[in-house]
Amino acid sequence: MLQDKDRIFTNLYGWEDWGLDAAKRRGVWDRTAELVALGRDRIIDEVKASGLRGRGGAGFPTGLKWSFMPKEVKDDRPHYLVINADESEPGTCKDRDILRYDPHRLIEGALVSAFAMGAHTCYIYIRGEFYNEASNIQRAIDQAYDAGLIGRNAAGSGWDFDLYLHRGAGAYICGEETALLESLEGKKGQPRNKPPFPAGAGLYGRPTTVNNVETVAVVPEILRRGGSWFGGLGRPKNSGTKLFCISGHVNQPCNVEEELGIPLRDLLDRHAGGVRGGWDNLKAVIPGGSSTPILPKAICDDVLMDFDSLKDAQSGLGTAGVIVMDRSTDVIYAIARLSYFYMHESCGQCTPCREGTGWLWRVMQRMVRGQARVEEIDMLLEVTKEIEGHTICAHGDASAWPIQGLIRHFRDEMVDRIRQYRDAAHADRPLPVAAE
Amino acid sequence: MPKLTIDGIEIEVEPGTSVLQACEQLGIEIPRFCYHDRLSVPANCRMCLVEVERAPKPVASCAMPAGEGMVVFTDSEKVHKARKGVMEFLLINHPLDCPICDQGGECDLQDQAMAYGFDHSRYAENKRAVKEKNLGPLIKTFMTRCIHCTRCVRFADEIAGMPEMGATGRGEHMEIGTYIESTITSELSGNMIDICPVGALTSKPYAFVSRPWELKKTESIDVLDAVGSNIRVDSRGSEVLRVLPRLHEDVNEEWISDKTRFAYDGLRRQRLDRPYIRGTEGKLRPASWAEAFAAIAERLEGLGGDAVAALAGDLVDVEAMVALGDLMTALGSPHRDCRQDGARIDPAVPASYLFNSGIAGIEDADAILLVGTNPRWEAAMVNARIRKRWLKGGLKVGVVGPNHDLTYSTTYIGAGPDSLEALARGEHSFAQRLTAAERPMVIVGMGALARADGAAVLGRVRALAEATGMVREGWNGFNVLHTAAARVGGVLAGFVPGQGGRDTAGILAGARDGSIKLIWNLGADEIDGPAFGDAFVIYQGHHGDRGAHRADVILPGAAYTEKNGTYVNTEGRVQLAKMAAFPPGDAKEDWKIVRALSERVGKTLPYDNLRDVRRRMVEIEPAFAAIDTRIKADWARFGAADLPADPAPFVSPVETFYMTDPISRASETMAKCVTEIEQRAAAQ
Repeated sequence: MLQDKDRIFTNLYGWEDWGLDAAKRRGVWDRTAELVALGRDRIIDEVKASGLRGRGGAGFPTGLKWSFMPKEVKDDRPHYLVINADESEPGTCKDRDILRYDPHRLIEGALVSAFAMGAHTCYIYIRGEFYNEASNIQRAIDQAYDAGLIGRNAAGSGWDFDLYLHRGAGAYICGEETALLESLEGKKGQPRNKPPFPAGAGLYGRPTTVNNVETVAVVPEILRRGGSWFGGLGRPKNSGTKLFCISGHVNQPCNVEEELGIPLRDLLDRHAGGVRGGWDNLKAVIPGGSSTPILPKAICDDVLMDFDSLKDAQSGLGTAGVIVMDRSTDVIYAIARLSYFYMHESCGQCTPCREGTGWLWRVMQRMVRGQARVEEIDMLLEVTKEIEGHTICAHGDASAWPIQGLIRHFRDEMVDRIRQYRDAAHADRPLPVAAE
Repeated sequence: MPKLTIDGIEIEVEPGTSVLQACEQLGIEIPRFCYHDRLSVPANCRMCLVEVERAPKPVASCAMPAGEGMVVFTDSEKVHKARKGVMEFLLINHPLDCPICDQGGECDLQDQAMAYGFDHSRYAENKRAVKEKNLGPLIKTFMTRCIHCTRCVRFADEIAGMPEMGATGRGEHMEIGTYIESTITSELSGNMIDICPVGALTSKPYAFVSRPWELKKTESIDVLDAVGSNIRVDSRGSEVLRVLPRLHEDVNEEWISDKTRFAYDGLRRQRLDRPYIRGTEGKLRPASWAEAFAAIAERLEGLGGDAVAALAGDLVDVEAMVALGDLMTALGSPHRDCRQDGARIDPAVPASYLFNSGIAGIEDADAILLVGTNPRWEAAMVNARIRKRWLKGGLKVGVVGPNHDLTYSTTYIGAGPDSLEALARGEHSFAQRLTAAERPMVIVGMGALARADGAAVLGRVRALAEATGMVREGWNGFNVLHTAAARVGGVLAGFVPGQGGRDTAGILAGARDGSIKLIWNLGADEIDGPAFGDAFVIYQGHHGDRGAHRADVILPGAAYTEKNGTYVNTEGRVQLAKMAAFPPGDAKEDWKIVRALSERVGKTLPYDNLRDVRRRMVEIEPAFAAIDTRIKADWARFGAADLPADPAPFVSPVETFYMTDPISRASETMAKCVTEIEQRAAAQ
């Protein structure tokens, strides 16, 4: 369990003021110039040593990602840091609390990270619905400019650094890094093909790194306390602290900073007041935001909350948005609702995702009622496999995984539902059949 | 040069080649919908997935650059499974209306479904339906069939330069359209029909007309502008049912303009299908060939050669002009001209009237000066080529003359000859740009040359070209852009005033003062009737247009789809148009008419078949024998730079893109286009 001294986000609950003075009291902007003075290579090495993995969902090692940026900055090819604050994953609300309660931690992180990749310019792309958060972060940016912490010779580091806030218009897909770049450039938010990767040709075709809010915000603290400190928390290859967002059927839904690798049961019991009606009333948990496959209680009993443990359990840590469902939940309906979300948010570019997400949702709707044939469960699974991995971005995968998880763990329930429907003899509403 | 292995075969490719292109080089066909050679690569249809060793997922081959040591499988089980999946997705919301779809028989989706489709559907839900959109008189939409490949969007953005199409909505609700419903105004819009892989965009005039396998396909040449676009004429019986582009990298690539594509319905209207004679009461009456010839022979009787003249129009083939020229010579007349607009080009120096760099040469240019031309309307394919070059970057285009939106950015220098002089004196910054350019180019249009001071303008442009280094070893950037398909061929064939002969203006002046008594008008329809004075006019042509109205005898000829004719395009490329259908009624191929009449008046021309006519053509100009070859012209002095030039602004000869000649003027489709443009202009 994480000790208070190791917490990074000390104002996660907004108990203190978010402004500059209060932030400084909490240790933000402390010796920032010295952090920059470490130099590019040292910063990247330190981040590598910390084992920090991207907090946006994919869990890619951050130091490694930074090292993909070209070593030399050419005059006509400026580097950009883009911070992804388009937090829209259902079940996730961690970046939001950083943005509104601890914005200076992010701004300081932006300066240090941008320096480490040779970028003088940073854009924060914030979700359109985050109005108050955008307002806070903009005022924090203004405060930082006024205090000389960013701008020319930012914080006395000798590095010129400009920070801009850009508000999205509420499309989930704009949280995908290349769609975000398209949107930032003023185009329709549709993911780009890779290669080329953003580190080679990103924003306006220039070398760009897109990082999650939480990733950037923890960097100064890692540098201040040393990569080994951060690396010592959690488990090997899954080190450090992480914000967990616990929602659903728990007694006290909350955001909480914890060590990676904490057992799920501990997390729920200690921080969220336990599952509603006791642990045995638990039915299933979606461990990492809506796109990660659901886990039944049997797995939840002893699974650890980190990237690799959850991957071994055929799910994923994702954004660590833990959605808890007790036995009162219609788990088929829950997943069907997610299918609707993915259909609604598909950008429509790639065939499998554009056409497939709608198909999935329609079949899932019938599955909820049981108005289907048992064979259609396998067909549904096959359709998810036809989408998965066949699209430009991971939206296709994200639409497929929840259903795959459902079928993997709750197939019996689906079959029961179909039998019930059949036994209820809806003679007036026959099962639909495909044309020809 | 990366070396990769595809299906066990090693291949070395140019850097930057995509895996799909590498596969094509090996003759392995990769199914695709969104990918198109000439458009950007969005990789969104996901049909071209291949398996790459060590890649966790199937890879879209169209967007993946071939890498060193890559091992690619295009025929594995994984690949087939992926493609079948994509095909199933494409078909779930695609209507099964092939029997009533105009794309049937030439549909990419239909073809690929044969290879990758399931034999039954698993989709038990309702299919999506999308409202049709009105894109104007040319493109018919059936948006439910759309598979969202975005080829049309990219074509409009990139090739046509009119970003009028786009995708609205997302996911299942994504729709291709114009957002605010409006007519597509690009002159190249018809090409969207060709690149649409399904039946979402089809030809409105051709709707429900025919199936591709019922059509006779004739490879021919377009004559409605001077580009000489390569086309395929699809006909059934005696009717031309549609015109499609044919690939020619150096001329039109694989596009054609909307006029080329859609004016064919003009071939059915206003046709002259039998001879006519103007009776004593002044009205034209139908006649037989024998009567018409008798009337001409009677008129020619006793008429000296000096009183006879011939004019040739813009759509005439070289064969007809050679035959008529020979007849004039036999009659003793030196008066003939194929420049009905009076263009002051120098027939003696081919370099003075050719697009010397070639249309493909535009791609090498780094500075282009447009003089008195609006290439977008005068030669849409040339304009598309300039835009293609402009998109690559590093091209500056200067304009002297009409200042239109050309779909690329231009520097406006001035309106008339004064600006040319200012350029020559280096007073405009564009002059430095031309001098500094490695391959500078000038494109002179008929708006600059077809005026009284045309020779003076021509001379000034030549001087400017020489001064700015446009003509040098291995590069000739002096280009004349014609508007008439017959022009270059006519000049080469010597259909210009002979020794002591009169040109168009001279002939018409003679007609008015009575020294010219008989004019043989071979399809010259841009001259107003009163200009012919009291002369006896024989009109030989295919449409009841201006020329026929002022005729005393009408001899019905053949349009370009109804004869085997030679045309030379603006760059001096000799090309053959082929007969796709027979001329209507009693109409005949033009050279045959001249040949028949020559016999009637006792001056029998020495050729009885096409082969003999062509032999005669080669006698006059050996270049006519080299089909699909550009004439290389040597540089020489031409024009009259020392003559004074009229400061009046240059005006493009094309006022309405859709109506420039007897065929397009007779076309209902083109009339609709003109109406749409007027409506749009009125709405704005």
